[in-house]
Order: sequence, then C-alpha cells, then structure tokens
Amino acid sequence: MNFDYTDEQNMLRDSIAKWAQGQYDFDKRREALKSDDAWKKNWATFAELGLLAAPLPEDVGGLGGGPLDVSVVMEEFGKALVVEPYVPTVVIGGGAINYAGSSAQKEEHLAAIAGGERVIAFAQAEPKSRWTLHDVSTTAKKDGAGYVLNGQKAVVIGGPQADTLLVSARTAGGQRDAKGVSLFLVSKSAKGVTTRDYPTIDGTRASEVYFENVSVGADALVGAADNALPLIDRIVDEANTAYCHEAVGCLRMMTDLTREYAKTRKQFGKAIAEFQVLQHRMVDMFMATEESVSIALLATLKLGDSDHERAKAVSAAKVSIGRAGRFVGQAAVQTHGGMGVTEEMRVGHYFKRATMLDSTFGNVDTHLKRYAALTAKAAA
Amino acid sequence: MNLEFSPEEIAFRNEVRAFIDANYPKHLKGVGLREDLSKEDFLAWHKILGKKGWSAPAWPKEYGGTGWTATQRYIWLEENARAETIPPLPFGVSMVGPVIYTFGTPEQKERYLPGILKGDVWWAQGYSEPGAGSDLASLKTKAVREGDYYIVNGQKTWTTLGQYADWGFFLVRTDPNAKAQEGISFLLIDMKSPGVTVRPIKLLDGGYEVNDVFLEDVKVPVDQRIYEENKGWTCAKFLLAHERAGIAGVARSKRNVEKLKSIAKTEIGDDGAPLIEDDEFQRKLAQLEIDLSALEMTELRVLARESAGKGPGPESSLLKIKGTEIQQRLTELTLEAVGNYAQPYTRELGGNEFAVGPDYSRGAAPIYFNWRKASIYGGSNEIQRNIIAKMVLGL
Repeated sequence: MNFDYTDEQNMLRDSIAKWAQGQYDFDKRREALKSDDAWKKNWATFAELGLLAAPLPEDVGGLGGGPLDVSVVMEEFGKALVVEPYVPTVVIGGGAINYAGSSAQKEEHLAAIAGGERVIAFAQAEPKSRWTLHDVSTTAKKDGAGYVLNGQKAVVIGGPQADTLLVSARTAGGQRDAKGVSLFLVSKSAKGVTTRDYPTIDGTRASEVYFENVSVGADALVGAADNALPLIDRIVDEANTAYCHEAVGCLRMMTDLTREYAKTRKQFGKAIAEFQVLQHRMVDMFMATEESVSIALLATLKLGDSDHERAKAVSAAKVSIGRAGRFVGQAAVQTHGGMGVTEEMRVGHYFKRATMLDSTFGNVDTHLKRYAALTAKAAA
Repeated sequence: MNLEFSPEEIAFRNEVRAFIDANYPKHLKGVGLREDLSKEDFLAWHKILGKKGWSAPAWPKEYGGTGWTATQRYIWLEENARAETIPPLPFGVSMVGPVIYTFGTPEQKERYLPGILKGDVWWAQGYSEPGAGSDLASLKTKAVREGDYYIVNGQKTWTTLGQYADWGFFLVRTDPNAKAQEGISFLLIDMKSPGVTVRPIKLLDGGYEVNDVFLEDVKVPVDQRIYEENKGWTCAKFLLAHERAGIAGVARSKRNVEKLKSIAKTEIGDDGAPLIEDDEFQRKLAQLEIDLSALEMTELRVLARESAGKGPGPESSLLKIKGTEIQQRLTELTLEAVGNYAQPYTRELGGNEFAVGPDYSRGAAPIYFNWRKASIYGGSNEIQRNIIAKMVLGL
C-alpha cells in the first residue's frame, strides 16, 4: 500500500495551481464568464500543460496516465472553480472512445482531444429522465447502413463549446429498458441538430440539444449497438469520480476561507473564531472535508476494479461528498454572515458549484439507493 | 382547550377568503413574493388592504389595527398564504410602525402611521453596518447635534429593497462616549435627503435584493428622532423581537409544502414512478411536515400568550430559528425535486422566453442559495440561541 503521488503528478498539480493563480484568479474568471470565447485561451493552455492528454493512452497522443492524474487535475480545478468542459470532453468523450471506439474513431478523436482541437459534450439526460441512464426516449432508427436520430437532450454541460456530441439513443426496446441503448458520435454541425445555449447557475455553460431527423453513418456508433449501458455506467462512474475530486477542491477552499474569515472578522470585541460554537462547526467542516478526500480517493482507486466494486465505491463517494457539500457549503456561508450570500465573496461560488455537482449524474438519494441495491445484491 | 374554529371564526374565514378572491389583483395571482417585482406590484395588495383597513392586523385598533383576535390573525395569514398574495412588506407595518406607535410622540404618530397603513410610503431598515452585524450595538454611524438637526455620517448595509425606499429608520450613535448600547438613537430619515446614496449589492442568486446605504453629512431634523436621545436601543430591541415573531412564516411554509408536493407528483423519481412515491423523498417530506406542525402549535401557543397581554418575548427566538430552518429545508427539498433542471440559469438572458425546463424548476436553485440569508438576518440563528440561553434558560 502506498499513498504517494508520483513526481509527475505533483508537477501536474503545481502547474495547474500556478496557472490558476496567474490566469484564472477570481476576477479574471469572473470576466471570462461574461465572454463567449474566453474558454478557448484556457483550453489551449490545458493542452499545453498536458491536462487534456493526461489520462489518454500514449499510442494515440495521450500521456498514459490514469484516474489518479485526473483526480489531481480535478481537485485543482475545484479550487480554481474552472468551468471549462474538461470532464465531458476528456473523461466522458475520451473515455468512451478509448474503451469502445473503433480504430478510426480513436484516430479521428483522441489525438484531437489531447491537442485541444476537439471538444465533446455528453448528450445523455433528457427532460424527463432525471438521472436514470437507461431512461432514453431519443431514438436512433436504422436507416440503410446508418441511423436517423430524433429527440431532445437536456442540460448538456459543455454543449455550447462542443463541436462533437456523444449521444445516447434508443435503438431497441422501451423507454426504460436497459437493453437497446446505443452511443453515437455526432457532429454538432450535422444537419438537424439544433441547440439552445444557456449558462448554469454555477457559471458553466449548457445546452438543450434537439435532434430532428439527423442522419449518421454506421461509423458513428461507439461500441456495439443496443448494448451501450455498461459502457455508459463506466464512463459516468469515472465522470462522477472526477467531479467528486472537483467537489473536494471546493470543500477545501470553503473550509480554508471560512477559517481565515473567522480569524479576522471581529464582533463583540474579538475574532468570531474565538466563539466555541463556531470553532466546533469549523471542526465539523474540516472533518467532512477530510472524509471527502478519503472517499473520493477510494473511488478513484476502485475505478479499475470489477463493475460491482467500482459502482459501489463511486456511489459511496457521491453520497458522502453530496452531503459534505451541503453541510460545508451552508456552514461556510453561515459563518461568513451576510457577506457569504453576496456575489463578491468567493465562498458562495464554491457553495454553488458543490451544490450543482450533487445534482450532476445522480444526487445523494440516487446513489444511496444504488449503493444499497448493490450491497443487497451481494448479500443475497 | 381545543383546536376547532368556532362558527364565528369560520364565518370570518369565509369573509376574508371571499375578500381576497374578489379584490386581489388579477395580474399578480400565483406570482408570489419575488424580489424582482416592480415597486407597484410590491405595493398593490398593501394599498388595497390599506383602503379596507386591513393592512396592519396586529396593530392596536386605535392606531389603525383591525382589532382581530390572535386566531383571526392566524386565519388571515393562512388565507393570504393559500392565495399566495404578495403581503405588505414588513419594514413599515411590522417594524417601524410598532416602534412609532409605541415610542413616538402624538405628532410623529400622526405624521408617519397613515402612510404606513396605506402603503404610500416605502420604508427601509438601516441597522447593520459592515462592522456591526451580530454585534449590532457596536454600530459606528454617528449623528452629531447641530441646533435643530442631526448631521449623520456613516454606512449601513443589508438594507433590504432599499432601492425603492422613500424613508428609512436608522440606528445612529449620538453619544460616542457612552457604553455601546447607551449612546444610540433611533432616527427616521427621508431617503431623498442630500447625502443619502443607495448602492445595490449583488447576491449569490444573481438578484439585487439588499443594499449598502451611505450617509454623508445628511441633515436630519431632530423631530425625526423617535423616543429619547441615546435611548434608541430600547426601540431597536423592541423592533427585533417584533421582527422575529413574524419570521416563522408558518402559513407560507405550509403553502410551499403543497407546492413541493405538486412538483413531486410531476417529477419522475429514480425508479420511474412519480417522485412523490419515492421512499427517501417521502421520509424527508414527512419529517418536514411533522416539524412544521410542531412549529405551528408552538407559534399558536406564543400568540395565545401574547393576546393574554404579554408582548413577544425571548421565546420568539425559537420561532425564528425553527421557522427559518424549515424554510431552508423546504428550499433544499425543492432543489432536490427538480433534478438536473436546477442547473440552468436563464434570468440574465431576458426572462421566460429563454427559459428551459419546467416552470417550477426555474427558481429552485436561486431560492435555495438566496434563502441561506434566513438564518443570518433578523439576528443570526446563533445570536437567537444566545438570547434563549441567556433570557429564557438563565445560563
């Protein structure tokens, strides 16, 4: 057993922190959020720093790292509140193509992802699907050698920046059947694809995506037809793990910012940090953060395990970190008093991000049920 | 002791229900209390109630109150919550009004109370300062007497909806040498006075609900001071206790529980059935309703004691803590209920035509973030616990 990061991983962490301090501080980020194009410069930097290549195999232009490298990136992204669509592109898009793509798809997309020339968004959720991955109404009907797609996808994170969509669509079965779901790579500029773009409350960008008789070739299919759910489960588990590390970055910042604020804010003639009730709350914030660090790491280290072990560990992390995000976020704002509710204080932005991460790919309740079902299955 | 309404109370309920149905502005039906309403919309119902003589039911009858019993006032709040009316704002009716009729001179009562009742004058609160939040008595805004005027200098903050205010009530320091609580006076200031600047503060939800108020050499006639010089803290404490009493928001929370249920009937849960049938969700909803019932009974007990002649006491801190905790849990559950449609933020894109997701999902996240204020304002919940510890438990 060994809990050390490699020198390369430590360097990766330092390089992101340095970039964030110089190019992505609170004010620069806020300015960038108002612009449609600011992300492009950041994206180019991510390519230069090797972040986009980090987890991809070396033979396709990647750096041959793994989930631990992603975890390092994501925690730093959490601390800096990075809103660029790293997870949809690298973890989900890159992951799906790497695991199941044809050699032509790998050639077309993976080096481009690593180089920063390809941005992918995951068009998975639907207006009524909530977080159920196999609840898919969007259809892909066989048409000659290819398929024709129809349907609507909801809250597609990174949709506005993406040039390519990874789309889950039903090729067989009923709306909630596990069988019959397939994955397709569709160019956003394909005829019949339209989007409505909007910001999310935590500063990312998303789209509603509409498919109207969108024709794709057989070569758009990623992996086997009708049987994409295991692959979707896997890439969503990996995405959730990455997001858990991002949340950990937010938690660390909220805990630190709150401690610093409490030490300097004076009421009743002394720093509010001297009040025991606030000390204990900050201790609870610290403990929740440490537990989150642990369980996120556990999930990362289990990603290569069996499907069952992987799913359990990821749901465990989503439950713990979802709860921690709510508690730490609320406590951080409360300890900041009125200032905590203002847009000008950083702490609230971490709270917003942590909250929205909980509502991404299943919240606490979703994953508590998933964990319970998985353990009950093992016990039966 | 019993919980049943008497036939007279039922008749009263029918009367107010019919009045609301017939008189509440049509264009504001179902809109609810939102911070982005126009000034006219905020005041519309208030003005109608002012004409009817119902804008300040809790006031003594001699000053324009309705003379209703505590039960009638309870029914009134219930019916308004049921109809989702935009209630008269608290700053005049619940805050400065009671201070004026309790501590003001006859001339002051005559000058200020009618405007509050009619909804003609919008009041704002100038209490907190950047350095004086929970420790309100450490406030530094100073008022120096010059003849018949005070010259006021300082900064106030968290002034809710102060951007619309005509008048404000301010706590200012008139004796810099006295102990913290003893050198404070309570001044009414015309917000149009030279030297008053209001600057909106952007909040986490993207809205502008609170303001900084800067006071620079503002001339305030001495006859706009309520009660004696340096005795303003008495007014402040009185007002805070009144503010706390209304803060439980039981009737509105009950209404919001119903709204949440209707969302949960529409939303599909993780297992494909309506969310309302989901075990986890049901348990949380049940717990919330149980806690709300306990709070409602507690509020009714406090009200009963009040109508027996005792004003709101330190027990009202309990109502503030529990009431705001329940309001916040409601916003949490609503956020959970709407799933990933909590994420889109279309407010700055130009309103409903750009909206995505179901209508009820739109406010869920902004309200959740905004409502963190509830455990902070009106004396933070930590301060309320201190009050109970000290004043109720004698610790």
